[in-house]
Order: sequence, then structure tokens, then C-alpha cells
Amino acid sequence: MGDSRDYSHKVAIVGASETETVGLLPDRSMLQLHAEAAMRALADCGMTLDDVDGVATAGPTPAQLTEYLNIIPRWVDGTAVGGGSFLMHVGHAVAAIQAGYCDVVLVTHGESGRSHVGVGGRGAGPSTIGGQFEAPFGVWGPPSMFSIPIVRHMHKYGTTEEQMAEIAVATRKWAELNPRAMMRDPITVKDVLDSRLIAWPLHLLNCCLVTDGGGALVLVSEERAKDFQKPPVWVLGRGEATAHTNISMMKDMTEWTSAIQTGKDAFAMAEMLHSDIQHAMFYDAFTHVPMYALEALGFVKPGEGGPYFAEGHTAPGGDFPMNTNGGGLSYTHTGMYGMFAIMESVTQLRGEAGERQIENLHTSMVHAPAGMFSGTSTLILGNE
Amino acid sequence: MAYNKPLPQATPETQEFWDGLKRHELRIQQCNDCNQFYFYPRPFCPSPGCRSNNVEWQTVSGKAKLHTYVISHHGFGPWAEDVPYVIAVVELDEGPRMMSNIINIDPTPENLPPDLPLEIVYDDVTDEVTLAKFQPVQG
Repeated sequence: MGDSRDYSHKVAIVGASETETVGLLPDRSMLQLHAEAAMRALADCGMTLDDVDGVATAGPTPAQLTEYLNIIPRWVDGTAVGGGSFLMHVGHAVAAIQAGYCDVVLVTHGESGRSHVGVGGRGAGPSTIGGQFEAPFGVWGPPSMFSIPIVRHMHKYGTTEEQMAEIAVATRKWAELNPRAMMRDPITVKDVLDSRLIAWPLHLLNCCLVTDGGGALVLVSEERAKDFQKPPVWVLGRGEATAHTNISMMKDMTEWTSAIQTGKDAFAMAEMLHSDIQHAMFYDAFTHVPMYALEALGFVKPGEGGPYFAEGHTAPGGDFPMNTNGGGLSYTHTGMYGMFAIMESVTQLRGEAGERQIENLHTSMVHAPAGMFSGTSTLILGNE
Repeated sequence: MAYNKPLPQATPETQEFWDGLKRHELRIQQCNDCNQFYFYPRPFCPSPGCRSNNVEWQTVSGKAKLHTYVISHHGFGPWAEDVPYVIAVVELDEGPRMMSNIINIDPTPENLPPDLPLEIVYDDVTDEVTLAKFQPVQG
């Protein structure tokens, strides 16, 4: 029987890049964004598509992507569970490379989330579980569904709208330091609470952006990882899980149950403790999402997430810097933002984050949902 | 005006639920082995450690408590006329939870404390479909 610890620090991210710009890109199709990110990530490590023999993606099928790129990889992963898919791809790539299924894995993301260029139809049919038991009651997208558990958290723990607003404020402070971020003007708690109501308790500024963009990663084995100019970013730990898909089936509305599991698995594989994690990218589709993650991953006790953010730990100058690119809330959010969360960890671990660079950084945790509290994936990345 | 919001389309394992609502009965399943009620309908008990196929449809009370919710201030298409409206998860007195709308109430957080006692309202939205909605217990 295998032991995940044997797979830690065996595979590295050696190439990484987002699309040249992110934000509003009506001139690029969804697949074009994948391809652009792929080419740039490969160029980042001096490789070309002809070096790639493993492909993972979500959004398009792997076959749609390989047709567009005109490559025939010998390993594919089409795990598509929402924004955290790419974290799972990284975890799967670690095993695939170790197993000798392939040598060079390309993970791509591209989404015309705002401009809808080259995007197929979406939406569940009326005979699906969601079509029968949720759609008839007027749910209309993530802001009206991902948000449903919050009131129960407020009721059980006394979490407040002000505390959740603090998360948006802290994240915006990071965006102010990121010239690529879409939203860079300072905001206050009052600004968040005064912003338009979307689905109480969510106001507009509790919600992520809707943008276009892409990103890609190149992963190789330990043996090859030393051949590149830039320092390798090692995959030290991973965890993944899926639970429900319909929010009304979330068993405990106050706890991200699947994230508890993925955090434990990632820590066990990396043989690390919470105190080893110096930087966090906790997917922030909405302000409460990183709060639930912080509690589920065990960095604070259940119910302590709201006060923790309000105390400023995660903001610039705090002792647990989080979402340092400005997050989905203020940097960019194409729809499946997980790729950008990984990308910022890589950027920070390479020491390329400019004004927002965390000093003496060696370990980062990335966490993202698979759907709306439906499941999660966790990665621990390091540069030593 | 004809009802223009999304309508459910029953599947074989959910047909009895929808047929029940049309008769103004709330029908959910109970496991004969572990005695737990569950929702949504499935031909087996979903409880960990049980997973029995020995399950039976029961008519239940329609009494519930407000578990959690949002007040939607945004509505696409036909929902726009309903804004603001309450999208809730209610917990039936028998245990299972389901999504619904809370109606016949001014939708403010003050009027909607968690655990508020609720009762079912059978909403005949078309000749074929009845939806299970909830309102605060009257009187």
C-alpha cells in the first residue's frame, strides 16, 4: 500500500504563467485563453508544446483542448469539479509523473467568464436533482446558493456582517499592491455594508469579480526540476474530496466538512503543521468562503474565523498573509479562479510578487472549493 | 399570465413526491431499518452505515423550522417581480431538510430568525405542478 509522504517533494511546478492580461478580454475565445496561458507557461520554463506528454484541464474537455493545441498526450485528467479543479490536477499530476505515466504535465485554465466568447450553453435540466429541488425556488447562481449557509454560521457563532466585510477590506489592501488587479481603490467596512444588497447577508462587495483570463502550469519530476532557470516550486502536500452538489444537501451549514479532510491529507503528506504555513491562498468567491476554509483547515477553531479576519491577521503587515494577489474579490475571478490562487502561491514562492512580496517565504497553502461548499482541494507548496 | 418560472420534471424515483404535493400531501421516504426519514427521494437509505433498500413512503406533517436562508435582492427573468424574496433551507420536524421559499411574510432579517417555526403551503403553480413552500406558523 502506498504512502502519500513518499510523493511529497517529488514533483515541481517549473513553468507558470497567466494570460498576458486578465480582466475584460472580449477579443479572445475560451480555448484561445487556454492556449495563450499554455504557451506562456511553457515559455516560462523554456519548453514547447512538443515537450508536453500529459494534459489536465477543466472547462473544455481534455479532447477539446488537445485538438485545439494539436497534441496527443499519453496522460489526461479532465476532473472538472469547479474552481478547485486545477488543485486536484496538480495532485493527480504528482502521482502520474511518479508512476511514469508521463514526464511533463501541462495544466491549463481559460475562461471567458465575462465576455462569453466561444462558450457553450450551461444550466441544469429540469429533471436533475437541482432542477427539481432547487431551481423552482428561484436560485439564480452562486451568490444565491453559496451564501445560503452563512445565516446558520451567524446564528451559531455570532459571526457578523462587519466581520465578513473586513475580509473584503483586507483583500482589497492586497489588491492595492497588485498593478494587475481590477479593483484597487481602498474600501472600508462601511463601503461594503453600504454596497447594494445582492442576497442578504451578501452585499455587492462581499462578492467576487466576474472577469476573463487564464493561467497554466508545467510540472515535471524531481530529476528534471533542477534543469530550469527559475527555482522549482515543490508540491509538498495535496488533498481532495467531493460531497454534495446541491447546497440544500450540505449536511452541516456551519462547517466545510470536506475541507477538514483535504487539509488533514495535505498536512499528512507534507509532514507539516499549521505553524509551518506562512502564506495562504484561500479561494474567495465570497467573503465567507475563506472564513469557512480557515476554520475547516484548522487554523482557528470553529466560529473564530470572523474575529480572526477582523483582527487583521490576513491583511498586509499581518502574521498570516492571505489572498495576496487581491483574491477573487479584487484581483480577478474568471469563474474557476483556483488556477489564479495556485499562480499567486507560485509567484510568491519564486519571489516575483513585487511590492506585495512576502519576505522569507518557504511554504504556502492553496485551498479551493469544488463547487459551492461541494468539495475542496488543498495543496501545500514550497520552495526549499 | 402563464407561470413562467422553472418547473421540476419528475424522475421515476421522485414521482411519488411530486404526485403527493399535487394531492396536497408531503410525501417523503423513511428507512424501515434505521427509521430515519430522508430527502430527496432515492430508492435506498442514504444514511452512513445503513444504506438499506427497505424504505417506504410516508406522509409527514409539513411542520418545519427555518434552518438558513438568503433574502435575494436580485432576480433573473421572471424572478425580478418577486424581489426581494427568501430562498431558504427548512428542516422538517421529521429531520430532513429541503430548499423552499418562505412566503406570506415581509422578508427582513428581523422577521426571519433561524429556527422560526414554519408550516407548509401547497402552492399550485400550474395545473400539473404543486411546490412545497413554507410560511410562519399561523396563530
